[in-house]
Amino acid sequence: MNALIIAAVLLVLLGVSYQSGFAKSRGLVTADGVKVHSRPQYHGSYSALWTMIPALAVLLLWFWFGAGITRSYTVGLLPQDVLLSLDQTGLNATLTRINALATGYGVAGEVAPYEQSAGEALRSFNFLTFAGTLVLAVLAGGAGFVYARNRISARLRARNSVERVIGLLLLACSAVAILTTVGIVASLVTEAFKFFTFINPIDFFFGTVWAPNNAGGAANPGKYGLLPLLAGTLMITAIAMLVAVPVGLMAAIYLSQYAPRQFRAVAKPFIEILAGIPTIVFGFFALVTVGPFLRDFGALLGLSVNATSALTAGVVMGIMIIPFVSSLSDDILNQVPRTLRDGAYGLGATQSETIRNVLLPAALPGIVGAFLLAVSRAIGETMIVVLASGNSPVLRGNPLEPVSTITVSIVNQLTGDTDFTGPQSLVGFALGLTLFVVTLCLNIFALYIVRRFREQYE
Amino acid sequence: MATDTLNSPGAARARAVRSSLRRRHLSEQIFRGFGILAIALALGFVVLLFVDVFRKGIPAFVQSNLHLSVTFDPEIIDVSPAPARNGFATEAEFTAASLAWQREVALLNWNQVIEASLRQAAPAGTDIDSRTLLSIAETNARHQVREMFVANPTLLGQTVEIDVLASANAANWIKGNINRELGDAQQQLAAPARALIDTFVDNGTISNGFAWSIFTNVDSRSAPAAAGLLGAFAGTMWMMLIVIVLAVPIGVAAAIYLEEFAPKSRLTDLIEVNINNLAAVPSIVFGLLGAAVFINWFHLPISAPIVGGLVLTLMTLPTIIIATRGALMGVSPALRQAALGMGASRTQMVFHHVLPVTFPSILTATILGVAHALGETAPLLLIGMKAFVASVPATPLDQATALPVQIFLWQGNENRNFFEPRTAAAIMVLLAVMILLNGVAIFLRSRLEKRA
Amino acid sequence: MDMLAGKVKVTSQTLGSNMNPTDFVDRPIRLTARDVTVHYGPKQALHGISIDIPDRAVTSFIGPSGCGKSTFLRCINRMNDTIEGAKVGGRIELDGQDIYAPDLDVVELRARIGMVFQKPNPFPKSIYENVAYGPKIHGIARNKADMDEIVISSLRKAGLFEEVKDRLNEPGTGLSGGQQQRLCIARAIAVGPEVILMDEPCSALDPIATAIIEELIDELRENYTIVIVTHSMQQAARVSQKTAFFHLGNLIEHGDTEDIFTNPVNKQTQDYIMGRIG
Repeated sequence: MNALIIAAVLLVLLGVSYQSGFAKSRGLVTADGVKVHSRPQYHGSYSALWTMIPALAVLLLWFWFGAGITRSYTVGLLPQDVLLSLDQTGLNATLTRINALATGYGVAGEVAPYEQSAGEALRSFNFLTFAGTLVLAVLAGGAGFVYARNRISARLRARNSVERVIGLLLLACSAVAILTTVGIVASLVTEAFKFFTFINPIDFFFGTVWAPNNAGGAANPGKYGLLPLLAGTLMITAIAMLVAVPVGLMAAIYLSQYAPRQFRAVAKPFIEILAGIPTIVFGFFALVTVGPFLRDFGALLGLSVNATSALTAGVVMGIMIIPFVSSLSDDILNQVPRTLRDGAYGLGATQSETIRNVLLPAALPGIVGAFLLAVSRAIGETMIVVLASGNSPVLRGNPLEPVSTITVSIVNQLTGDTDFTGPQSLVGFALGLTLFVVTLCLNIFALYIVRRFREQYE
Repeated sequence: MATDTLNSPGAARARAVRSSLRRRHLSEQIFRGFGILAIALALGFVVLLFVDVFRKGIPAFVQSNLHLSVTFDPEIIDVSPAPARNGFATEAEFTAASLAWQREVALLNWNQVIEASLRQAAPAGTDIDSRTLLSIAETNARHQVREMFVANPTLLGQTVEIDVLASANAANWIKGNINRELGDAQQQLAAPARALIDTFVDNGTISNGFAWSIFTNVDSRSAPAAAGLLGAFAGTMWMMLIVIVLAVPIGVAAAIYLEEFAPKSRLTDLIEVNINNLAAVPSIVFGLLGAAVFINWFHLPISAPIVGGLVLTLMTLPTIIIATRGALMGVSPALRQAALGMGASRTQMVFHHVLPVTFPSILTATILGVAHALGETAPLLLIGMKAFVASVPATPLDQATALPVQIFLWQGNENRNFFEPRTAAAIMVLLAVMILLNGVAIFLRSRLEKRA
Repeated sequence: MDMLAGKVKVTSQTLGSNMNPTDFVDRPIRLTARDVTVHYGPKQALHGISIDIPDRAVTSFIGPSGCGKSTFLRCINRMNDTIEGAKVGGRIELDGQDIYAPDLDVVELRARIGMVFQKPNPFPKSIYENVAYGPKIHGIARNKADMDEIVISSLRKAGLFEEVKDRLNEPGTGLSGGQQQRLCIARAIAVGPEVILMDEPCSALDPIATAIIEELIDELRENYTIVIVTHSMQQAARVSQKTAFFHLGNLIEHGDTEDIFTNPVNKQTQDYIMGRIG
């Protein structure tokens, strides 16, 4: 309701100010015949900007500080003895109850008289502050509007001002990307640092036992050795690359060098369907189909294969990465200049000789870059391993047995409650930081290689 | 052939070349064979995955309905008459009385009503205890009957024909999801119940119909046969809305700034490298970001679509920025120069000339980015969307789950025989939404490009 | 077509009255083309080309860009096979053997007809490996010593050996443009071809490098049949004994270089040589 009222008021302000600026600008043309610098719509936008920015600023201020002010007001409403009897959690619960009374939702159980009166007081406080903020916003907007309207003249460079604001807005939008990175780094580093106050980083990075004690609290946190998870991650990644690289690369070679155009036009998007399928679907596929198949197939060979194992997760992850490898390799192969291929054909090389001896060596740096990107994607993949790796964080070398990975452990430690106080949940951020750093290094290196490769042939 | 005889070293060479040809052509064939094999494997995986999911999922779109004649027996339904509006002075008093009456109704043993109607449907002389008998119908049947009564208290004493869901275990038995040869100890239903189900199927009391419940119900733990995707679907839609409202304008604006306005400097280089890397950051890291920043620092509600939407927005932004920049880069310099030459400002050039030309590709890239976000699971698990939610979120601040997370939850359900097909069905729904989005993207692109 | 058929006859008549009879009089015909057409998809690029190319002489194809001279050159060793949608019609014979015959092996053909391209395109390998690549894939060298000999003699013939003898293991891409092009010529020679096709081999080179290559072509004429596409009439006049003029996918006129440049029969040829077209 409140949001609707605010939106309506803002819309009215916007419409009025734009129209008025527009109309005044029109008037300028007819009045003195002087060449007007900007078109009427820029004057309209100019006036609208001067109106909206102050009004929005007032609303934003309230949005930020309003909750705190309301809370301290409500706390002030409570009788002294009640206040003293409550701890932090109890206080929060009481405040929630009062708020529920004020908004009219009602609460369960008996309502104490002080709660009732506080609720009523809060209700009127809420109404007054809301109305006050709204009036203030309209006044601020109005002031801006009057100022802008007075400034509108033939010589006002309204277009330049409007464009400057647009430019700033665009800049702010691209800053979001930077802020995201800053947010990722800040959150991972601070929370991981908190984790390292419980657990020695050396025990974390070089520990060989992963046995978090989820019920132990801070006193008895259990063991957090990264190595079993890292080993599992690397094993699954290696298996995935063993599947994805030959298939993806050969598919790219066939599609870009051999396949007739019509076949390529059909097959390429068809393979890329794999890239669009959500990873949870691959996880399900691994769990209910590939895993049991590998187990039964292993049994035929006399091998004991677990249905959920590094092999299952790795194979399915490999399938998932095929289109990633093939479309990147395809791009890279197509960047090798035609003249090189012609050179080999001109000497009488067969097509496969040309590809193996000339095309692939020339494309090698780019392809290596593509593989590294694929590795980074495999390391960070989550849902397939959550469902199919078997979640057994033990240091083993046998890919037929269950393993666990960094991402699986993040999910295990961080789902459920999000009370980030103990090492049990904070370890998720230490793992996340490790994952982030590893994938970031791989990505930067890979993107650098690919970029260098492109420049070489440009 | 004159030269061959004249030039004998040439002839020797020609012989050498000819002698190696067989081997070389064979290796050519082998290499090409590997290529075909790779394509066949890649295509085979696509087909296998779809066939597998469809084969498992299609049976779940069939549900087993029990046709029962339910008698609202006054002996079981022993409650005071429902309050009538005209008996009360104010609306508030009436509401209070109605609520009290509903509580009274809720305390009744509605299972007895279901049991009676099941017994009536069973052939005369069937010997079966009430627990076993009730295991045939899904547990939500009693809520269904109760709600009918609350909505229409005049049903008291009457008999109506209704359809209730057969229980998940009954459905397993009917569809053959469980091996019928297994011994009693391994069967989830007692022998009399299994026999009675077969009788019901034979006499038409149980029949199969399209499982609308998948689309119209929310998730349910107590009544698995009634579990549906409505809540998860709504949660996903809220998140998509947030992603579209936030990621698209911000992403396109950022791309425009970087491509058209930003001075070539260290800073813009840094932003560019940063965006490229952000696009390759594992999605779970965005989940960590959401958990730490939005939930722990900003105290946004846990399990809410608003947080999920924000996380997915940040995740989708780099994709949209990169795709939009690519599209802007493809616009010919001639168009820009023409616009600038006419005296258009840079902003006017971008918004009046460059953007309209690139609109189709930006739109397509955006839809694909959103479709990708739609299937994302891992980051949502970390911001609490794994919680069991049995309601449709009315606002983005309510607790909710999402389609892919629902799939994750269902695949972990203990009643595997029933939930494996249902999970596959949920996957089919998710894939259908994604294919729809991709189809729309392709359609719009071809449509808009033709017009341009 | 009638006119073209007539031209062929004219050529064989003019052969006898050549200004340099020593170069030509006993030169048999190596390559014959009859009514060659090329389509790229729906577009026709060549309209019925018929020409004879003599052994151990330099034949140059001239004409404005897009006239089809490179397209025709690429037909001679079937390089157009590698272009999707290209269709070649008519008949080309090497020593009387149809090179488009279904049982003919393209790989073998290209070992007999080598090619040098417009832009120097050494492989991203060492100088030695660049030259050794052809003999290696064709199995020409029996052992390492054999291979060394082939590489060195090919580099010598291409006039490059003295310049690179101390750095045979350095990448071929590190050479200058002119050296790269001579490396590509050495690479082609190493396979021991009978015919060498050159597609504007000097267009990416500076005048000094061009002069060196032209001198090299003149030397190579002793042992190879050379066909060169060039857009420089001066170059055609300097290096070739025979010249063919192409325009808009047609072979307008061909004959002895002297005749074509001093006394062209066709008006279009005259216009081109006088600089009025192209």
